[in-house]
Amino acid sequence: MIALLLRDLRLATRAGGGFGLGLAFFLILATLVPLGVGPETDRLAPIGPGILWLGALLACLLSLDRIFALDLEDGSLDLLATAPIPLEGVATVKALAHWLTTGLPLTVVAPALSLLFFLPTTALPWLVLSLLIGTPALSWLGTFGAALTVGLKRGSLLLSLLVLPLYIPTLVFGAEVVRRGAEGLPVGTPLAVLAAITLGCFALLPFASAAALRINLR
Amino acid sequence: MSLWEYANPRRFMAVSATVLPWTWAAAALLCATGLVWGFFFTPEDFRMGNSVKIIYIHVPSAFIAINAWFMMLVASLIWLIRRHHVSALAARAAAPVGLVMTVVALLTGAIWGKPMWGTYWEWDPRLTSFLILGLFYLGYMALWSAIEDPDAAADLTAILCLVGTVFAVLSRYAAQFWSQGLHQGASLSLDAEENISDVFWLPLVVSLAGFVALFLALVLLRTRTEIRRRRLATLTARERLA
Repeated sequence: MIALLLRDLRLATRAGGGFGLGLAFFLILATLVPLGVGPETDRLAPIGPGILWLGALLACLLSLDRIFALDLEDGSLDLLATAPIPLEGVATVKALAHWLTTGLPLTVVAPALSLLFFLPTTALPWLVLSLLIGTPALSWLGTFGAALTVGLKRGSLLLSLLVLPLYIPTLVFGAEVVRRGAEGLPVGTPLAVLAAITLGCFALLPFASAAALRINLR
Repeated sequence: MSLWEYANPRRFMAVSATVLPWTWAAAALLCATGLVWGFFFTPEDFRMGNSVKIIYIHVPSAFIAINAWFMMLVASLIWLIRRHHVSALAARAAAPVGLVMTVVALLTGAIWGKPMWGTYWEWDPRLTSFLILGLFYLGYMALWSAIEDPDAAADLTAILCLVGTVFAVLSRYAAQFWSQGLHQGASLSLDAEENISDVFWLPLVVSLAGFVALFLALVLLRTRTEIRRRRLATLTARERLA
């Protein structure tokens, strides 16, 4: 499993892997929103948490269709399916690799981008914490969506249609944590629910992803 | 005699052929009774006036929109566990009906909301979760139509239905958490302290039953169509081989 994780990370970071693409998209989105709605502090500060979370979500979505499609094309997915580790383990490792190459970098650069939205510094720890807790759920859900659509020719558009509704609870609670943090309200409840969603995704979604993969490889 | 005998498509076709006209008749009779009674023979509400009468379409369609998804969930589970093809096809048949009912509920709500709340749309938890439910129906139908192999499509959509149910319910509570409601609470629950008055309640129950019969009739009809389409595909495939 560790070998598979290292292989996926290596594939993602080397040329043509698309690492950094999500980050660049996140940066562009954070630049375009103020250009679109105007530069006033009192307008940007309230929508900042929502925009940053939405940007993280869309940036995650960008690289989803690569999770299994390339492996299916060159046949390594068949090898993984017959490998000694169960397919559930493969799905978990794939999701983890996706998170390490998109969710984690997004979490790291988010505080810098939050300056563009004049977020108060009291909100920064909550922004980082909510992204750190919430983005794994996005990767796990995305892996499930990628497993559902892996055999399809024009799968990526369908993939966004399938995955985005599943992202709604994570988005709601994630943005709520930052919003409450910025206003100095207690954040315990949304943070706990966000963590619960992520842990539930960890526990259950690899089984759904593996089932979908088995059907697609049949 | 067990329920599972209807899983045989031939048996299902025979039974549904005799049941279907009766279901249509029941749907037409109950809908007509409920709607005519509701529209013409009930008093006006003292605050809402005539606009209260949209309840006879709004509430039944919302009821069907939610329960169609649960019917799909049960049918998907039956398909995954017992591999009865009719069940998978019934789930597929129910999705567009559920989507249309969701849209009808949202539209009638918007029409009622303009004079009563002063707005067509409000980011109220109930309205929001209905919009999200519509998105789930869209994704489910898109996945069905995207996959060519019928068995793989049935399997994958069934899995999506299971995961989608969890997240649709989660989204409902997320929406409740996220904004305050404008929509009135339940007015039909059996255990509620305060329900709507019997004058409105009786025709509403009749049209609710009518919508249920209409849903059954549409799902039966669409399932029969799907079975025939499947048979036609087999026949043409055989023709091509011969």
